[in-house]
Amino acid sequence: MAKRSPLAKSRAALVSMAALIIVLCAGVFGSTFSGGSWGTKLALDLSGGTQMVLSPQVVGSESDTVNSDQLNQAVEIIRQRVDGAGVSEAEVSTQSNKNVVVSVPGNLDAKTRELIQASAQMDFRPVLVSAAPGKVADDQKTPEKELPKGDKKPENASDQNWITADLWRQFENTDCAAASSDKAENQDPKKAIVACSEDGSEKFILGPVEVKGTDIQDASHSQVSNSSGVSTGQWGVNIQFNEVAKKKFEEVTTRLYSFYGANQQDARARFAIMLDGKVLSSPVAQAVITDGKPQITGNFTEESASALAEQLKYGALPINFTIQSEQQISATLGADQLKMGLIAGLIGLVLVFIYSLFQYRLLGFVTIASLVVAGLISYLAIVLLGWSINYRLSLAGIAGLIVAVGQTADSFIVYFERIRDEIREGRTIPAAVDHGWVSARKTILASKAVNLLAAVVLYVVSVGSVRGFAFTLGLTAIADLIVVFLFTHPMLSLLARTRYFGEGRRHSGLSPESLGAVPLYRGAGRIRKPEDSDGLTIAERRRAARAQTQQASSAGSVPTESTGTKEAGE
Amino acid sequence: MANALSTFGNDLHSGKRSYPFVGKRNVWLLLATLLVVLSILVPVAKGGFNLGIDFRGGSEFTVSSVENEDPSVGEKIIAEKAPEAHDVRVTNIAPNTMRAQMSTLTDSQTLDVKKSLQDAYGVSDQDVTSSFVGPTWGADVTRQAFVGLIAFVILALIGMALYFRTWKMSLSAIAGLLFTVVITVGIYALVDFEITPSAIIGFLTILSYSLYDSVVVFDKIRENTEGYSEQKKRTFGEQINLAVNQTLVRSINTSVVGVLPVGAILFIGAFILGAGTLRDLSLALFVGIIVGTIGTILVSAPMYAALRLSEKKIKKHDQYIEDIRSGRVKEEDEGDHSSDSDGGSVRIEVNPVNLG
Repeated sequence: MAKRSPLAKSRAALVSMAALIIVLCAGVFGSTFSGGSWGTKLALDLSGGTQMVLSPQVVGSESDTVNSDQLNQAVEIIRQRVDGAGVSEAEVSTQSNKNVVVSVPGNLDAKTRELIQASAQMDFRPVLVSAAPGKVADDQKTPEKELPKGDKKPENASDQNWITADLWRQFENTDCAAASSDKAENQDPKKAIVACSEDGSEKFILGPVEVKGTDIQDASHSQVSNSSGVSTGQWGVNIQFNEVAKKKFEEVTTRLYSFYGANQQDARARFAIMLDGKVLSSPVAQAVITDGKPQITGNFTEESASALAEQLKYGALPINFTIQSEQQISATLGADQLKMGLIAGLIGLVLVFIYSLFQYRLLGFVTIASLVVAGLISYLAIVLLGWSINYRLSLAGIAGLIVAVGQTADSFIVYFERIRDEIREGRTIPAAVDHGWVSARKTILASKAVNLLAAVVLYVVSVGSVRGFAFTLGLTAIADLIVVFLFTHPMLSLLARTRYFGEGRRHSGLSPESLGAVPLYRGAGRIRKPEDSDGLTIAERRRAARAQTQQASSAGSVPTESTGTKEAGE
Repeated sequence: MANALSTFGNDLHSGKRSYPFVGKRNVWLLLATLLVVLSILVPVAKGGFNLGIDFRGGSEFTVSSVENEDPSVGEKIIAEKAPEAHDVRVTNIAPNTMRAQMSTLTDSQTLDVKKSLQDAYGVSDQDVTSSFVGPTWGADVTRQAFVGLIAFVILALIGMALYFRTWKMSLSAIAGLLFTVVITVGIYALVDFEITPSAIIGFLTILSYSLYDSVVVFDKIRENTEGYSEQKKRTFGEQINLAVNQTLVRSINTSVVGVLPVGAILFIGAFILGAGTLRDLSLALFVGIIVGTIGTILVSAPMYAALRLSEKKIKKHDQYIEDIRSGRVKEEDEGDHSSDSDGGSVRIEVNPVNLG
């Protein structure tokens, strides 16, 4: 233990407390330059909006849960769908390792809701026609009589007879920039369809589905090597089909390769890999693939190759979504709840203030100041977390904060009651503060550990808005510890060395008379300087002396110091 | 009044006033067991809990800022727009707020009912909130809560055994915790409060609260009983009892301070906002904090005493104190008695106390 005087230690602690608050403030101030603000971010139940909890399920799988890879893929799928539907500020996240949560401000329209729920499907279709993504201007459109008839029965999937007059008009009118062009469930797998590429750079007419995504056994990305096995430095995506698709894919590539052989620019030499109604990739068949292991090459970076391989993998595992819960909170209700939550907190706080003043007199102000400081750190931490990890304060979170007021105040109660006990045993007030702290410190640490453990367990297992509750509960437990160590105890140490509190005047809350201490010992603190006070009562000193003589005579195992003296110098 | 509580605290501290938490431990434990059995029987007798919509599954609408608080307006709309919906409940949950719950509606019905409710109650689009809960949602929450309960109890059991260096303390604390949760749930069943995921979270928070309370009291018990064999004033049981009495003022202060903010949320939640996260959470906590404090005092501490008092060493010491009190042994000849202790630090009692 450092030999610094308690006074110096207390000052150092208070300075570090102030430094911590300044650092937090500076952090928040700094964050305002990169999108942060001085206010907390609010969750949907306070700001209004729609929240959907979706549980993903792998189609055809026995288990009703998904692993973390599949869950991440599910989040990706949903994120793409929501973004594709043009919903701004949507948030997609996971929950307890099994659900996907979609939160959007405002209401979700029926179309977007449908889109979100649809199961992800991957298909391979041959390309019939490709064109620039925009709508064809009216004067550029194919004249009525030149429209394809599509009257003959198509011979294979690449047959131009799939294109009917209606389909052609639809193709001409499609604008890939408009979000409405892609509804996977409207795409009949047995017919030709119009579709856009995922990045919106091209639009297509595609033949019927030839190979399904579920036929993919595996997909990976690697560097492309040439015929002699030397790496070319390019990235490629490797697909491995199952036995059934192997044969089918051979047929497809044979047909497509023949178009390629005749004209390398022929759109029909390409096949489209479709996910969720959009074309992920549309490579040209440059060879006949007989082993069911095609490699897609092109302008891939390592990243884009890996992304496509991932998408192909989940094409092999189509994921269904069922809605677990859906909540639409109107903006009025959200604002109401926020206001009421704050009012409840304020009432609770004021009641606790009054009670502490009533119980601990002027000492109650230390409780109030400590609660204010604890509240300040918690607030700043929440603001910073909102900026750094996008933590949003929910109604349950506010409830957690309010409940924490009581638990935080309890640390002070434990401490103050200890001090009072020490005074009752006859110690001087400065000594009682130091001794009380030593034993209260242990209790506070142990009990806060329980709070923190509970908060962590709650946070880990909880679902829904409850997480916010556990989060603030844990956060305030930490804030409480910081405040007790760096604010409350140093404050009390300093106060105990003032005349008013040190002598235990009437309203100090530490008055030995009203605590029933034996008055004889009270004067001791006044005579001795606080620094050299050993804080022992006469009775204690007498006992210690007796123990010493006893030890000298019997050489027994009785220690010479009481627990009290040992810790007095800390 | 502050003075009264202060004097009360002084008397409890010195032992001048003392409640027989340990002395009457069998009474307390029997009473606790009875209450637990009752709490388990109540839901059985009532045929289960009043489960919220999260457990039943279904659609729910909340209409705020209504002038006309007549449920039949809503009922008529639902019967008209969604005739096949069953379990329809329209209630006035708070001033100017109506809530309608029913079996799951389709998407288009939901929109339809929402619009019609809005028109019928004459409110704006902003005032109607709709939600839908799948039937497995509540079950999910409950399962997670059970996982949490078990994880927490096991971790706390180990953590406390390590901290207090005795499994008897952790076992007693857990017993107090289970008492608290079971009684709280029992009270819920008795008064027919609705069980929602928020209430379940409230129950879980009570675990933390109850254990927290036990740790504070047990810390004092440990302090008082440390080196008990070195002193000749009190038996082991009396030391425990003194500790519980000495921390009684703290226990009262703690529950008051804990209940005040929770009461504030409960008030706002129940009377102004109506059913929802705030009310359910605070109701569980309100009941739980009070029961938790009682659980520590009347279950955990007496149970710890019961577990320890049958130990041989403690019995020997009790006998020794008994002998001193009846004058069979003189106070001075304790030399050979203390030598069989493990040499732990001496707890010196400063105040002369008469136990009467």
